[in-house]
Amino acid sequence: MNESGRPYALLAEFDTPASALQVAEQVRDAGYRRWDVHTPYPIHGLDGAMGLGNSKVGWFTFLGGTSGFSLGMLMIWWMGKVDYALPVGGKPLFSPIFAFPVAYELTILLGAFGTLIGMFLLNRLPRHYHPLLKHPRFRNVTHDKIYVVIECADPKYSDTATRKLLESAGGRNIEVVED
Amino acid sequence: MAHSVDKIPPYVVAPPAELEREPLVLHQRTPAWISDKIAGIVEGKTPRWWWIALGISVVGMLMMFSMVAYLISTGIGVWGLNQPTAWAWDITNFVFWIGIGHAGTLISAILCLLRQRWRTSINRAAEAMTLFAVVCAGIFPVVHTGRVWYALMPGFLIPFPNSNAIWPQFRSPLLWDVFAVSTYGTVSLLFWYTGLIPDLATMRDRAVSKVKKFFYGLFALGWTGSNRHWSNYEKAYLILAGLSTPLVLSVHSVVSFDFAVSQVPGWHTTIFPPYFVAGAIFSGFGMVLTLLVPLRSICGLQDVITTRHIELMCKVILATGSIVGYAYGMEFFIAWYGGNPYELYAFQNRAFGPYWWAYWSMITCNVISPHLFWFKWCRTRMWFVFLVSIVVNIGMWFERFVIIVTSLHRDYLPSSWDYFNPTYVDVLTFVGSFGLFSTLFLLFMRFLPMIAISEVKAVTPQADPHHPMGGAKLGGAH
Repeated sequence: MNESGRPYALLAEFDTPASALQVAEQVRDAGYRRWDVHTPYPIHGLDGAMGLGNSKVGWFTFLGGTSGFSLGMLMIWWMGKVDYALPVGGKPLFSPIFAFPVAYELTILLGAFGTLIGMFLLNRLPRHYHPLLKHPRFRNVTHDKIYVVIECADPKYSDTATRKLLESAGGRNIEVVED
Repeated sequence: MAHSVDKIPPYVVAPPAELEREPLVLHQRTPAWISDKIAGIVEGKTPRWWWIALGISVVGMLMMFSMVAYLISTGIGVWGLNQPTAWAWDITNFVFWIGIGHAGTLISAILCLLRQRWRTSINRAAEAMTLFAVVCAGIFPVVHTGRVWYALMPGFLIPFPNSNAIWPQFRSPLLWDVFAVSTYGTVSLLFWYTGLIPDLATMRDRAVSKVKKFFYGLFALGWTGSNRHWSNYEKAYLILAGLSTPLVLSVHSVVSFDFAVSQVPGWHTTIFPPYFVAGAIFSGFGMVLTLLVPLRSICGLQDVITTRHIELMCKVILATGSIVGYAYGMEFFIAWYGGNPYELYAFQNRAFGPYWWAYWSMITCNVISPHLFWFKWCRTRMWFVFLVSIVVNIGMWFERFVIIVTSLHRDYLPSSWDYFNPTYVDVLTFVGSFGLFSTLFLLFMRFLPMIAISEVKAVTPQADPHHPMGGAKLGGAH
């Protein structure tokens, strides 16, 4: 199935973070849903200008961290007290005190894995194929240019009105990216 | 509050001149210059000095591996260890290397939480240094067991079902250390890789050859700089910084438990965890300076790693060096004030016993040398900073040697007192570990951007939408 040639999105280039902030607010207020701003570095205030909420990565960290701590405690309790009790010098077979350092490290370990996995899941990464990555101009996004991308699949998308919006906001090199 | 922005662009008032700080990137370099400069180091022709340095490092690394092979095939007797000094250079080297590793995480995590934006120029190289130092550190506790297959076999260190049906001894601080160090290595790697993703995308987009494009692209995971991605990415980065901060403090605390939880006079002290952590940061910054001071001039990075960056690192050395000096004094005071004759003897023996030379080398390097950084002259002369950074690391090696060997060589039974002398195997293994470290670091700086490109861009005024250089218009209130 050859899908090349089907329009994917409208691409507009901007130079400064201030102009990106302005155009993002305009696109947001115009009611678009499937659009994005691609930048070489995170721009302070762009999340608000795009109308993005707080990232949900923290929930994955919480899940990872709590499972790390409880798994650590359970593991030490089960191995030392249940499965193979080895009395040493009358010391308790299990105590949360001596189990704490290991459970603490596991909290951090699984918390970190949770964070990273959560970030990848929320971002739908890794994704090695992307229509934008084929576009010759788009490679400047990791250099110094800022691109606003409005997908053709957006219900509000129209060839003329969307282009006009980006043009009036000062976008340059406005082009259709093909899938 | 959404307002119609096409009519009111983000207006700013220029900050008063006295509030302006020295910029983090000099000469108003643009984001484009930053990626050209830093990626250019990797893309350019391999310089001759790199090949020479790599050759020397690989020889050192191979020397270390052959010494380790000799140790494993022959036995622990090839080292100078004896009874009662059953730990000597092996554990000294372990603590030395793991301590060096602490600067990377401190820079990337604690300074991130404290919003110290100058960290962006040095965090990548420092994190790489951390990883490679942990690799070097990990070798010593494994090989010091002699029969390494026991250390690596499931059930002894790693809780894994095995035919002997035994589990690790979780009451031992040595096992806590296994978890602390392996968690530290893993989380540092995750943190480092997370930071690398946007820069790998830069390398991918700049790559000319197909092979480079494939490999950088593979590890860039399809990063497109989408702000929806940045939003989650920045949150994840902040959380990783939040997780690594208690981690970096806990790792060297747990390392110090290896000593402090025992009953040996000179080891059994409650001051050890904070004292070890401060010493680790002190030595880590020493190593960061040892690496970055020459690299910034060789690679022409003076506009990104500015004199201000070097000065700030010198100040961290001054602060942590003062904590270390205080800890040395407090240890002695408590040994006297505690009224325990064995403890007092252990400390008198450190300063005036047969290892007096090690103790006073440590004092000279760690207590006296950092105080030179009170003077701006000392902090701004690069050759001077470089020399002091080496002195700091010599001192920190001696600190661990003093703690370990002088506490052990005279135990409770005078008939077993002995003097430890290293053999050539001890020496060559340690020297060779520097070869391993620099081999890894040289490979890193040849194939990966050694400064966080996207992070440095983000701290320039050009990246600030509320700064005139970022496109904001000067004028009334926002």
